[in-house]
Amino acid sequence: MKHHLILKVITKFMVGVIVLFGLYVQFHGDYSPGGGFQAGVIIAAAFILYGIVMGLENVQKVMPIWFAQKAAAIGVLVYALTGVFSIVFGFEFLNYHAISPEHPKHGQHYGIILVELGVGITVTFVMIAIYYSFAGRTPRLDDKEW
Amino acid sequence: MASEIKQGTLDFINHLPILQVITPMLIAPVLVVLNNKTLSWLLSFVGALACLLISVLLLQAVSDGSTLRYYLGGWVPPIGIEYRIDAANALLLFLISMISAIVLIFSYSSLHAEIPEDKHTLFYACFLLCLTGLLGVVATADIFNVFVFLEISSLSTYVLVAQGSYLDRRALSASFNYLIMGTIGATFFVIGIGYLYMATGSLNMMDIAERVSQLGQNRTIQAGFAFIVVGMGLKLAMVPLHVWLPNAYTYAPTVVTCFLAATATKVALYVLIRFVFSVFNYEDSFVNELFFLLLMPLAIIAMIAASVIAIFKQNLKKLLAYSSLAQIGYMLLGLSLMSQKGLASSLVHMVNHGFTKAALFMSLGAFMLNTKNIYIKSLKGLGKSMPFTSAAFVIGGLSLIGVPGTAGFISKWLLLEAAIEAGYWLIAILIVVSSLFAVIYIWKIIEVLYFSERAGSYREVSVVTLIPIWILALFCIFLGINTSLTVDVANIAADVLFN
Repeated sequence: MKHHLILKVITKFMVGVIVLFGLYVQFHGDYSPGGGFQAGVIIAAAFILYGIVMGLENVQKVMPIWFAQKAAAIGVLVYALTGVFSIVFGFEFLNYHAISPEHPKHGQHYGIILVELGVGITVTFVMIAIYYSFAGRTPRLDDKEW
Repeated sequence: MASEIKQGTLDFINHLPILQVITPMLIAPVLVVLNNKTLSWLLSFVGALACLLISVLLLQAVSDGSTLRYYLGGWVPPIGIEYRIDAANALLLFLISMISAIVLIFSYSSLHAEIPEDKHTLFYACFLLCLTGLLGVVATADIFNVFVFLEISSLSTYVLVAQGSYLDRRALSASFNYLIMGTIGATFFVIGIGYLYMATGSLNMMDIAERVSQLGQNRTIQAGFAFIVVGMGLKLAMVPLHVWLPNAYTYAPTVVTCFLAATATKVALYVLIRFVFSVFNYEDSFVNELFFLLLMPLAIIAMIAASVIAIFKQNLKKLLAYSSLAQIGYMLLGLSLMSQKGLASSLVHMVNHGFTKAALFMSLGAFMLNTKNIYIKSLKGLGKSMPFTSAAFVIGGLSLIGVPGTAGFISKWLLLEAAIEAGYWLIAILIVVSSLFAVIYIWKIIEVLYFSERAGSYREVSVVTLIPIWILALFCIFLGINTSLTVDVANIAADVLFN
């Protein structure tokens, strides 16, 4: 903890705040500017910041590579299955009326939240995976070489 | 918005246009989550078969000249995205699904020779995404959706080409070249879309077509058209913009080369056709002049020059890649004749050449399983030790030349007819000359296969590998004898596009 003490302390504090703000952007995407893509990037930024300051091994203890890969795929599935749900109930692909046929407005609302959730998950983990594949290529700097 | 809807009213049949595209898209993430090599292959194959089934049903539904329309999310165009299936894209959907299913049979036995086993799951996921992209480009009637799907297919293609690096590191630079060129192409394309949107305020093809015809001569639209032609020219490897193609085809894994050679460039050409006939006004003098003064000469140069270059290539994958450039020239020529017959010949040649080239590349892949490299000298005497693969290669070669009784003959004949009908005798002669060059480079390979001393002792590849090769070879013959699938549908498609 000798090197970059201030950076490390601030990072530990900021990571939680960044993730919280990301979740805010995610779930308020249908009222205010934002949505899945922006939220995903913000949440991924928290992990990337942690990785830059604490080192790649430490962030990969929290978020292993295999998990990032699979979670990215699951995000796509959430999106696509929302669409398939509509097909199963006899509506067009991604027609959110299917989610709540009695209250089309509610259906639209739930539908967009689900789809944005899928986008958010995928973007978060794809960003993290991209960071991993670039960061993993450079030789690691020893703490004393800074 | 209709608030009365209590229950969905659509049957399974109504959903076919979207199911065609989302079937592979749904399977791709499942593969990544499951992460099992054998299961990945099985699921991809099942997905490709499902796509094939759907495309056959679609082809049946539209073969009477009708059009299927599907509104995504229930939003009526021009606000929402629309998928529109007519005879022209149903034919392409069938080609893409068919080739992907056949290629996946081949990959079962050949992929482990080219790619390490731990990458197989991601490879199949990428393959399915590429398939999704190609199918989506063809199915959609929304020009921005075309761009999105084009990028899905292109991005996964770059990854797939780079997978050849486990055998030959040059695959990486080939893939990078392709990435740069492809991205420039996509940028030009999206700028063209931007111009169109600027002038018309719409993204739906039919809606734009209506507004374009009202606008008359308009600089913005002409600039948009020029950008789209150049962008698609890069993607379809029109001759001065073709530099990425030979290396990408040569160093990609065989499975990928087969799939790309048979589908990717055809899809880009289809986009060009779709834009000329369904978005722009093909009778417009600007469009006509562009095709007559620019694309037709380029197509003829491609036909002749690429064939000549192919003769001198020692690497057989590269030889076939250059021959692909020449064949793209034929398709472009058919289109630039701007006649119903020319367009039909172009569409028929897309399908016929798809099967022919896939058969050729796949039998080369089978040779490569034994010889490990694909230079012409390493094939010496393989005609005796690998008789079935060699025979399939000969059938594919004959079809490429255009010998009567094979698929290639039908489409070249149609093209000749169209050229003569338009009064271009010189072009008709050049088509024949270009075919003669094809005779030279195919004969060069056949000579080495059958009339040389045996270089090494090789055994015939396994039956599982031979099945897909022979399916393709038989298709080359079948499409040369029974033309109801290709010529009749293409005539209907040309009819639909012209009216």
